Amino acid sequence: MNPTPQSEPHGHALAHGHGDANGHPASHGHGGHDEHDHIHAEPTNPLFKYVFSIDHKVIGIQFLFTGLIFFVLGGLLALLVRWQLAWPWSQVPILSQTAWAEFGGQMPPEVYNKLFTMHGTIMIFFVIIPILTGAFGNFLIPLMIGARDMAFPKLNMYSYWFMWPAFICITYSFFVNGGSAEAGWTSYPPLASFSWSTPGSNEGQTWWLLALLFAGVSSMMGSVNYLTTILTMRAPGMSLFRMPMTVWAMFITAILQAFALPVLTAALAMQLMDRTLGTNFFPPPGHVVANSAPVVGGGQPILWQHLFWFYSHPAVYIMILPAMGIVSDILSTFSRKPLFGYKPMVFAIAGIAGLGFIVWGHHMFQSGMNPYLGATFMLSTMMIALPSAIKTFNWLGTMWGGRIQFTAAMLNAMAFVSMFVIGGLSGIFMAATPIDMHIHDTYFIVAHIHYVLFGGSTFGIFAALYYWFPKMFGRMMNETLGKIHFALTFLFFNGTFFLMHIIGMHGHPRRIADPTVYEYLRGTGVMGMNEFMTINALLLGATQLILVWNFFYSLFYGPKAPNNPWNANTLEWATTSPPPHYNFLPIPRVYHGPYEYSAPTLDKDFLPQTEEVSEETRRAMAEAAH
Amino acid sequence: MRLWSVFFAVMSVALLGIYLYAPTNPEWWLPNTYHTLGAHEPQVAEQSVAALGREVDHLFMIVLWLTGITFVLVSVVFCYVAWKFGDEPGRKSTYTHGSTTLEVVWTAVPALILVFIAVYQLSTWAHIKYRSNAPSGPVLAEVTARQFQWITRYAGPDGKLRTPDDIITINDFHFYANEEIDESGRVVATKGVPTKILLRSEDVLHSFFLPQLRIKQDAVPGLTIPVWFDADRPGEYELVCAELCGWGHYKMRSKMVVHRNKAEFEQWLADQQKRQFEDGTGNAQVGSPESSPPNSNPDPTTTGGIAE
Repeated sequence: MNPTPQSEPHGHALAHGHGDANGHPASHGHGGHDEHDHIHAEPTNPLFKYVFSIDHKVIGIQFLFTGLIFFVLGGLLALLVRWQLAWPWSQVPILSQTAWAEFGGQMPPEVYNKLFTMHGTIMIFFVIIPILTGAFGNFLIPLMIGARDMAFPKLNMYSYWFMWPAFICITYSFFVNGGSAEAGWTSYPPLASFSWSTPGSNEGQTWWLLALLFAGVSSMMGSVNYLTTILTMRAPGMSLFRMPMTVWAMFITAILQAFALPVLTAALAMQLMDRTLGTNFFPPPGHVVANSAPVVGGGQPILWQHLFWFYSHPAVYIMILPAMGIVSDILSTFSRKPLFGYKPMVFAIAGIAGLGFIVWGHHMFQSGMNPYLGATFMLSTMMIALPSAIKTFNWLGTMWGGRIQFTAAMLNAMAFVSMFVIGGLSGIFMAATPIDMHIHDTYFIVAHIHYVLFGGSTFGIFAALYYWFPKMFGRMMNETLGKIHFALTFLFFNGTFFLMHIIGMHGHPRRIADPTVYEYLRGTGVMGMNEFMTINALLLGATQLILVWNFFYSLFYGPKAPNNPWNANTLEWATTSPPPHYNFLPIPRVYHGPYEYSAPTLDKDFLPQTEEVSEETRRAMAEAAH
Repeated sequence: MRLWSVFFAVMSVALLGIYLYAPTNPEWWLPNTYHTLGAHEPQVAEQSVAALGREVDHLFMIVLWLTGITFVLVSVVFCYVAWKFGDEPGRKSTYTHGSTTLEVVWTAVPALILVFIAVYQLSTWAHIKYRSNAPSGPVLAEVTARQFQWITRYAGPDGKLRTPDDIITINDFHFYANEEIDESGRVVATKGVPTKILLRSEDVLHSFFLPQLRIKQDAVPGLTIPVWFDADRPGEYELVCAELCGWGHYKMRSKMVVHRNKAEFEQWLADQQKRQFEDGTGNAQVGSPESSPPNSNPDPTTTGGIAE
């Protein structure tokens, strides 16, 4: 099963297989496939079928399950954060009697710092990125472009199994001397560099760095694989501009990953060396604390921020672009209407990715970075709001004039649009440098990030889950439960996060264990909002049990899914649910774009990409489209 | 299922309602609370107590209006679409792939608005942060952040910072108001230039945050950063650490006092000096060990400030 690159003179894409340079039929369109491609037998040993699998579908589902498990952990950490903010130092169920019994049942303040640090780290690096790119990217890319597997199936397997050292490091870090890292998910030095600075910088920070390094290696393997697969393994007729938005989004996300990750990896290695080998990349020269020896030579704490955000700002888009692609596909399917402005949508994603590389300084307006630089970053940051606006308008245009089917997947996709609008608009406040001066490091930022990453990415993940569950597992999820889960999630999500704008505007700093230390936060107004948000957060957490139930019940007892339960056009619906090991028996041939819904002269309101239409219909379609 | 349109609409209205209610409740709005000196109950100023803060608020309001209007428009379209274009048997979706005109319009209009916002912000940013706009004249104090305290050094009788006669306070930062107002509310004196301090850190990153003055600047070890700000309402405020700095970050709070005028501030400073240096027999102890900085930095390039 070695994906040997085939020496093939015409630059044709190929199905993975043996270097058989002969017998290629004449090219039929872009990215022609070898019709005599070799279908490999499915492994029979369960160890290779389900565990060390090289099947992209199995790997995608592995990413999904581990991602969802960490989702539970990250969510529980967040609930503890909320508990402390609403009722500072009060008794926490279970933990007060066990872990914190020696502190009179109170949460120690450094534990609070660990909670939000690990919540952020886990949600970003172990939940959202692995689920969006790892799970859905892996599962969908080959199916949607009509390939039998990824270009490098073994690399794909490694990309999953390299997550395991990361899982182990991050989980183990809770139990080392000093506990887990507590310098925030951004791990700014010198707080993160020196063991004297805070308990979590004893050993936990080192494990945090190792975990992220492994996760980064995994992401890099995935990116290389996605790029190669999309560029070389598309089915005949699947030109680039016939690809579904999900594939476009995954493609551009992979480019972002591939170019941004090396910088993070370098920064992580530098901090690791600062901590373990005595280098001084980030502590300033002559840095003396208490009676420690002065730092010799040395660097600059702000350098870390530049390197970290050079990756982590694009990472924000890594976490949202795939969801944007997914939502575009789902909105079009359930509006029974072509995606409005397909090419502008593609260019908007590309624009976000391109601009995404020149806006990182907007995280650092108040950091001590040269304020002149801040002014330029403000301009580029304002500009990146533009492609997001274009996308929003095109989504509305997609639904306008449609015949909207309010399925659970559609509702979550619609929630993505409406909540992403709020996240996008609140971003304008912090892009404006003077306003950012007031709201930087306050709950306004926390509100913004959660409207983007929960209101955006997470609703995108839910939408994708409801939409592709039948394809992944061959069974239907319960729609009624799905809608109840959606409605409650939407309510409690807003209840949890919207008021954060208000307390942030009032100056409530983020990352403080006890707001009542400050007089201006002590009143019943702010603390009342804190309590309200915590109650909503607890309900939001509880609501997810509906999803868990629906997921596992449907997995075993759901009604059998037909091949194309949503009457959708893209290639993954042209094969069985779940798809066979080899995805497609004959590699499908693609005749048109992915969004030909409600085309004129046709009886049905969808037109699979594999279905050829008569000349007359084609002409009618071309006429009606403009 | 038009109910879903209503569902989304109710949420949009509720979220909008929160922003309509917020200005009526001081705890839900930009922070303008403070204490008049000695008073127990906090007071609420009707706007930011700082001129620079009012500039920031003005920009904030512009962006709030623009984003608020955008939110309303998008929400209205969104809910209308969900209401109007629900699944009905017999009707077919419009078959269209888009519209170049619309794309151009909804690219150009937001682009203009965004460029306007960015350009409109620049001058305030320049006022508050560009070094070239730093007020001339001596610095009032050097504020050093360390886990989990704010240490302020005022120049002693020799008028120089970082000398043994410096007056040092912990978590007690004082300066004086821009305008001196007499009992009838008349302005009797104006300071002219904003108060300028030098901001340093001894250990990790901290952030100097004055919520009522809308000022924030990170304190970075190895850097000395000038920060200037103002207040025209005497009273007692809070200085907040806004950058995560370790286990005790949450309690890194300092009192901040704005004195009525320079004379009152200097009287306070003289009292501090007495308390710090007199040994009880009337003899000053300038140069005593505790007056030297807790961790004097041997590197002269980072002590900064005095030359400015």
